Amino acid sequence: MTPALQPREFHSFGAAGREFVYLVPSAAVFELDDVASAILARLGQGPASPATLIEELSSRFPEPDLQDTMSELVRVQAIGGDTPSKAPVPKILPIGAAVGAEPGKPIPLTTMVLNVTNQCNLSCTYCYEYGEDKIVDTENGKQAKFMSEETARESVEFMLRESGPNRVAHLTFFGGETLLNLPVLKFAIPYARQRAAEMGKQVDFSLTTNATLMRPDVIEFLVENQVGVTISIDGPQEVQDRFRIFHNGTGSYEMVAPKIRELLARHRSRPIGARVTLTAQNLDIRKIFRHLRDEIGFWEVGFAPVTTASNRQYAIAEEGFDSMLAQFQSLAAEFLAYAVEGRHHGFSNVKDTLEEIHKGVSKAYPCGAGLGLMGVSTDGDVALCHRFAGSETHKLGTVRDGVDRLVQIGFLDKHHIDDKTDCHQCWARPLCSGGCYHEAHTRYGDTAHANLHYCEWIRGWTDTCLKIYAELSVRNPGYLKQFDEEVEHEASQVN
Amino acid sequence: MKHLRSINRKAERLEKFVEDPDDVVALQQGSQPPAAPHIPLGCTLVFSPGWEADRSGGTAGLCTPVERDLFDCHEGCYWPAQVPDQLNHAQNWTSKCASAQKDWRKLDLVFP
Repeated sequence: MTPALQPREFHSFGAAGREFVYLVPSAAVFELDDVASAILARLGQGPASPATLIEELSSRFPEPDLQDTMSELVRVQAIGGDTPSKAPVPKILPIGAAVGAEPGKPIPLTTMVLNVTNQCNLSCTYCYEYGEDKIVDTENGKQAKFMSEETARESVEFMLRESGPNRVAHLTFFGGETLLNLPVLKFAIPYARQRAAEMGKQVDFSLTTNATLMRPDVIEFLVENQVGVTISIDGPQEVQDRFRIFHNGTGSYEMVAPKIRELLARHRSRPIGARVTLTAQNLDIRKIFRHLRDEIGFWEVGFAPVTTASNRQYAIAEEGFDSMLAQFQSLAAEFLAYAVEGRHHGFSNVKDTLEEIHKGVSKAYPCGAGLGLMGVSTDGDVALCHRFAGSETHKLGTVRDGVDRLVQIGFLDKHHIDDKTDCHQCWARPLCSGGCYHEAHTRYGDTAHANLHYCEWIRGWTDTCLKIYAELSVRNPGYLKQFDEEVEHEASQVN
Repeated sequence: MKHLRSINRKAERLEKFVEDPDDVVALQQGSQPPAAPHIPLGCTLVFSPGWEADRSGGTAGLCTPVERDLFDCHEGCYWPAQVPDQLNHAQNWTSKCASAQKDWRKLDLVFP
């Protein structure tokens, strides 16, 4: 007897009056015709043999069409026999080695995030570096408060060494407040440029700052060196001043707004983005976006929910995630209207996700931390990413001695999607892969834990972006071509 | 594919992959050679040394385990094609079999 057919893993959705599927785990997006939609709809009610399907659907579609469609759906693994292949797919670690074996060829480092200081002139209530959920004791710990020129030099050497065959290395300066250690930037940028040139490479520079120290001479320096800039800002004055405050409690809006305007007016060579932290008290996304893009003049605005333990008063609760999703969706609808006309909108969360959908990214790891991205603390310890910089528990090595490959392999083995059982039934896992390690560490005390508190939000948001992507593929496919060209990921938005 | 339309780049790759399946070369029809032919190990379409007998004439040291053939049949190859190597080792294997339809019983096993 022919085995009954049943659906494999996929997420189906409609856009522009048509039907689509997002296949898991391949992350391929296909548009379905009426026959394919009818077959999937029927199999959604329960398994059926090809003969049964033909019998039930032959009044609507010719038999050869049904046969062909079934065969196509089977070949792309949207449907299959009732016993999916049991052949276990081995867990492949990207570094090319098994645990306990000799390390293979390392992954080239694409982005190094240099924490040039762990000091800050603001004391934003929710900050993961200073707030209640901090990992590293930056006040009384062993770490240097400012990175020295010598450590910066060793870090640049480390970055170029680890970048392997890559022609371009991305160097992102981070803090604390990055500009508190301007001398190290002024040393590291020319040094990195010169050393890279000697090796036939290039370095792309970027930084994240709160803009409080954005003086005219600093702006000139950033312009001259084509440094990409991301500004941490939460929105209009009443929003910004709620959490982004100086040590004495006064808000920072009045100080930063004119400086940002000056930067935007002067620094035209690279798009400057705003990066907004969303909290329970700060969820009016449309209002924030309007202010930052239209009134201040940012090219792009990206939003991220605050990383926090669940019991903090500013933590976003479940209802908050629902309302956040609704607002994201409404802003995303606006993005779509712009994109259909081929216009730039500036809601960077959508664009980033569209790019991943376009490429068909299917991740074994949520992000590049510990792979192509690493963070360096003020004293030269190499960590998974900047958020773990200085943490002994999450250390991968030092810029002097390099990465301890066995530690790195251990990390990659432990954090592989195959080991996140919570994610195994989720259709959004090719894009999410369990979510941010730092978020998981803060919420659950375990970097390997899946971020279960925002699963619904991730699925809702991925569905929204899939619909936008599919609609663009119908109404303005030319818009999606831009993602073919951006081969090297823009690494300037580190947050 | 006629009923599914590739939308993203991954779908294009997947489509290309399923439209050009690596198949047994000898069974290919038409003029298009597959991009990368599947070479079934242990199948007698390929004269892998030591398939029927090892260098000492026995079967203990076959370079390809016999299970490989079963596996290959299951994986990529429509039929295991377990026929002897008629070029080198069993040249007369079909000499008594003028017509396969009629004389197939005369095809005997080959022993090293």
